[in-house]
Amino acid sequence: MRTVAFREALNEAIAEEMEKDDRIFLMGEEVGHYDGAYKVSKGLLKRFGEKRVIDTPIAEGGFVGVGIGAAMVGLRPIIELMTWNFSFVAADQLINNAAKIRQMSGGQFTLPIVFRGPGGSAHMLAAQHSQSTEALWAHIPGLKVVMPANPKDAKGLLKSAIRDNNPIVFIEGEVLYADQGEIPDGEYTIPLGVAEVKRPGTDITLIGWSKMVKIALATADALAAEGIEAEVVDPRTIRPLDEELLVESVKKTKRCLIIEEGWPFNGVGAEIAYRIGRRCFDDLDAPVERLTGADMPMPYNHHLEQQCIPDVPRAVAAAKKLLYLE
Amino acid sequence: MKLEVTRVIDDEGRVLHPEREPALSSDELRRLYRTMLLVRILDERMLRLRMQGRMGFYLTSLGEEATHIGAAHALRDADWIYPAYREIGAALFRGYPLGTFMCQLFGNSEDPVKGRQMPVHHSVKRLNFVSVSSPVGSHIPHAVGTAWAAKLQKTQDVALAFFGEGASSTPIFHVSANFAALYKVPAILLCRNNGWAISVPSSGQTATPTFAQKAIAYGMPGVLVDGNDILAMIHVVREAAARGRRGEGPTLIEARTYRRGAHSSSDDPSKYRDPAEPKEWERRDPIDRFLKYGQARGVFDAEFVAHTRQEINREIGEALIYAESRPPKPPLHSLFEDVYAEIPRHLREQAAGLEAEIARHGEKVPPRG
Repeated sequence: MRTVAFREALNEAIAEEMEKDDRIFLMGEEVGHYDGAYKVSKGLLKRFGEKRVIDTPIAEGGFVGVGIGAAMVGLRPIIELMTWNFSFVAADQLINNAAKIRQMSGGQFTLPIVFRGPGGSAHMLAAQHSQSTEALWAHIPGLKVVMPANPKDAKGLLKSAIRDNNPIVFIEGEVLYADQGEIPDGEYTIPLGVAEVKRPGTDITLIGWSKMVKIALATADALAAEGIEAEVVDPRTIRPLDEELLVESVKKTKRCLIIEEGWPFNGVGAEIAYRIGRRCFDDLDAPVERLTGADMPMPYNHHLEQQCIPDVPRAVAAAKKLLYLE
Repeated sequence: MKLEVTRVIDDEGRVLHPEREPALSSDELRRLYRTMLLVRILDERMLRLRMQGRMGFYLTSLGEEATHIGAAHALRDADWIYPAYREIGAALFRGYPLGTFMCQLFGNSEDPVKGRQMPVHHSVKRLNFVSVSSPVGSHIPHAVGTAWAAKLQKTQDVALAFFGEGASSTPIFHVSANFAALYKVPAILLCRNNGWAISVPSSGQTATPTFAQKAIAYGMPGVLVDGNDILAMIHVVREAAARGRRGEGPTLIEARTYRRGAHSSSDDPSKYRDPAEPKEWERRDPIDRFLKYGQARGVFDAEFVAHTRQEINREIGEALIYAESRPPKPPLHSLFEDVYAEIPRHLREQAAGLEAEIARHGEKVPPRG
């Protein structure tokens, strides 16, 4: 094992896969000479050259669409969006084209393409830079949505995403890039659609993904100090969702708190709560609860911003309520 | 600025510019004429089927046959065609079977896209004829991406995107043109200026006198061509393709033609345009002009013309009998296929659920009509 930053883990995944398969290329704003807005593509231009690491004009619809056209004829593009906040410019390409071309063509065209970039709240970057978009993308049949929480998952999941033959929405928590974590030394991948128990426990299940895994783990630590053993489960892939592991955990703990950064209405947590409610109805000792981001565009002011993002004290309080301790 | 409209023959089929006249064999001339006539007759017959309620929707190419069939002829088979939706002749020219064409219109069990797409939204990968994407202009960057892939892999292939002049108003057209020129990819952006975007005349799309001149802003050549002159189409698309193959980048072509029919079977142009206008364009009919040219060259005699028409009618009749006798419904299980490259667990569960439902309640039968 060795310790690397989240952004380095992503960089390794891209570099290793590009080394093995010359059909893979990386395209996006600032990915080449600038090493990426978040330095995920550091050194890749030098290593793979301008034909495989391509700086683009500022036009999301353009490089997303160009990537689709290249994927349709056999290449395997990795398209970096400087942030998922700006992906809406390319919504027609992502929703009407990437997600549907295989189905509409009767399976004649395959789209092995990864769309990746940062998402979720950032620090004091306000409404158009601090959005959680996973609920939107996970709504669309034809797309897979992947959201790693730590460097090990980031590398293993990105390698699987690059090898997958479907269009993948890969959302990297914007505030996770500098996080350090251990990763295996040799070659490894983590399959898409497989959740992971990040911390075993018996008294309550905390479900979170991306940055919210950190909040869930810190919440579990705080609860442990009070003698409560929380189990933290990370779906890792939002779509397809590994419902089985979530259900298995809740059947064991009989209580479930979903912590998500996105907006509450039609959020991913709402879907998970429905599935757990349906399958664990007889096992639950309390209704499934959700702690979500505030239902409004993100404010800039730091004090106000922090009020809008799920945090440990509120997660602890919500968990205790489910345990009838408050 | 002023751009000359490239022509080879005049409205009477007389050669104006022998230096541009493509050297075509008699067989090639016959094949071009036959494909144009096929599209013309096919459109008439299919529109009638639509009016009889035998299919849900149809789009014709009436008056625009030369634009896309000429372009298709100028390309190699390995080159990629990204159609808008009024270029079916390009697929037929490459050998798309009529029976399959009609199965797609009916969305039946032998429809290659498995009953998923609206009629006329064909997709023929083996002919490098890519699926139609309905949001206007949204396929243009795909052609640029395909051309980019060709450049990267040094295949010498070219990608051509057809689109109407209305599509030139979409953001994605501008973005795509910019990318194509910036990356110098072997793409051809072929704007079929047919005068009308549903009910909006081409003058309602832009303040520039031509669409071709927009090319200057992106840094690529812009070519204006008579889209009803199939020889001129072949000439300019050949030149654009050769430029692309030489690594000199993309070309924007504006082909001036005219949509003599309705936008689609759901549209009635008599509500918004002077009927004298399409009448006037009948005089410049692309098939008549080419017929006169071929007659003057001694290739199209009366017997050939009569025989071709007869043969086309027979083939359409046979294809129609074939398509209408195919089982009307693609297998239900195909619903769950091709959403993803593999069938994921949740769709397998849905498939099992549907099977159980059918076992209990039988299959839903849609009402007729």
